[in-house]
Amino acid sequence: MPLTREEPSPLFAGTVAGTLRLLTYLALAMVLMVLDHRNGWTWRVRYAAAVVVEPLYRLAGAPSAGLHALTVAFAERKTLTEENQRLREDLLLANAKLNRMAAVAEQNQRLKELLDTQRSLELNVQLARVIGVDLGPGEDRIMLGIGANSGIRVGQPVIDARGVMGQVVHVLPSTSVVMLVTDPAHAIPVTVERTGLRTIAYGTRDGSGLVLPDIPMAADVRAGDRLLTSGLGGRFPPGFPVGTISQVQPAATGMFLQASAKPAADLDRSEDVLLLHDQAEPAGPPAPAASVGPPADLAMPAGAASTAPAPRTGAAR
Amino acid sequence: MNRQRVALFWFTATVAVSLVAMLVPLPEVLQPFKPYWPALVLLYWALESGERVSLGLAFVVGLFADLLDGVLLGEQAMRLTALMFIALRFRSRLRFFPMWQQTLAVLALLLNDRILLLIVRTFAGEASPTLSWWFSPFVGAALWPFLFLLLDDLRIRLRIA
Repeated sequence: MPLTREEPSPLFAGTVAGTLRLLTYLALAMVLMVLDHRNGWTWRVRYAAAVVVEPLYRLAGAPSAGLHALTVAFAERKTLTEENQRLREDLLLANAKLNRMAAVAEQNQRLKELLDTQRSLELNVQLARVIGVDLGPGEDRIMLGIGANSGIRVGQPVIDARGVMGQVVHVLPSTSVVMLVTDPAHAIPVTVERTGLRTIAYGTRDGSGLVLPDIPMAADVRAGDRLLTSGLGGRFPPGFPVGTISQVQPAATGMFLQASAKPAADLDRSEDVLLLHDQAEPAGPPAPAASVGPPADLAMPAGAASTAPAPRTGAAR
Repeated sequence: MNRQRVALFWFTATVAVSLVAMLVPLPEVLQPFKPYWPALVLLYWALESGERVSLGLAFVVGLFADLLDGVLLGEQAMRLTALMFIALRFRSRLRFFPMWQQTLAVLALLLNDRILLLIVRTFAGEASPTLSWWFSPFVGAALWPFLFLLLDDLRIRLRIA
């Protein structure tokens, strides 16, 4: 028992050597942090250590997966039947809409060919499953069950049935990490569907929604307006729903309007997500997007459109 | 000889479980209340068998936690090293505190840890956290007596010195 062995820490005074060791370790940790902050080393090291790390993620994701399996197993037959019925109806409706859209899409394709644009309406997607892993407090990120082995690359947009969820920020051999649009470090170029106003939506500080801090005072933005991706910056393809504006108020500076928005995608509940593969333009901003705004005579003054700095599109990290 | 191996295995297992527990997500409502498991388990070992836990070990465990958690390499290493330094320095006194005093001491240590984390985050240029971010140390301290008794009971059953 403890009394018999030598006591390494004296009752009242610490040793100088201990303090020195503490300082050494703290200095080492700080050097690591600075290097990592500058170069993003963690993920390179982690890629190398993936053999050890990835099974741990699967293990940590097991409880939530098991819970989900249990919910399904013990769900009432009636509930499942109802859900099945609802899904069938949704599918029928979606198919009917698609059939109507097919003709329009074809017409659109022909017109676009006439205009000589490359962009098509077809989606090249990959289905991925979400692993329930907690990646640190204050971080709005989710982990997906596929990675570099399935051809996932950093920067791929992630969507669900309702809208844009985020983008891939880190890739391991068989898992990848997605930064959600509500992450404070995330910014996405959007356009207001009703007016064609282009601006940028950032994640809020607490990760609960989106905030659009720099809308010109004169702009026509109302609660209930839908936000679509504008396609500027070349990362997110244009035309995907991002969110709905919930309120608009003057910003603290008084120079701009500030709007907050609710994300369109089911960020908390999605279990399966879609990864978009790069579309026609792989990098860099596309040619001035003529297809997004309203006709030229209705467009905003030039100053309004130029508030969208393209380089902020990427995950700022 | 064999006993030592069991002891080493048990020590490694508790630390590994604490690391995995750090990754397991809780339901959305409980998420801010999640305690910092690796710190609690390392604290227990620092108080109970101080010769097994050194600053170097805390640093290595922290580095591994950083690899898993992926925020910033070295962040948890720094936090755990600082935590262990204080715990080991005051070990002799902390051990003989009655449980409620020990719990208060753990609360102070965990709060200090959060403050360190806040400093690191501020330097990394991240947004300042919301109020719910400060709940975790209190939950950790509230769980401390139970964790301590549970681990101590298991340790005595396994006859690990």
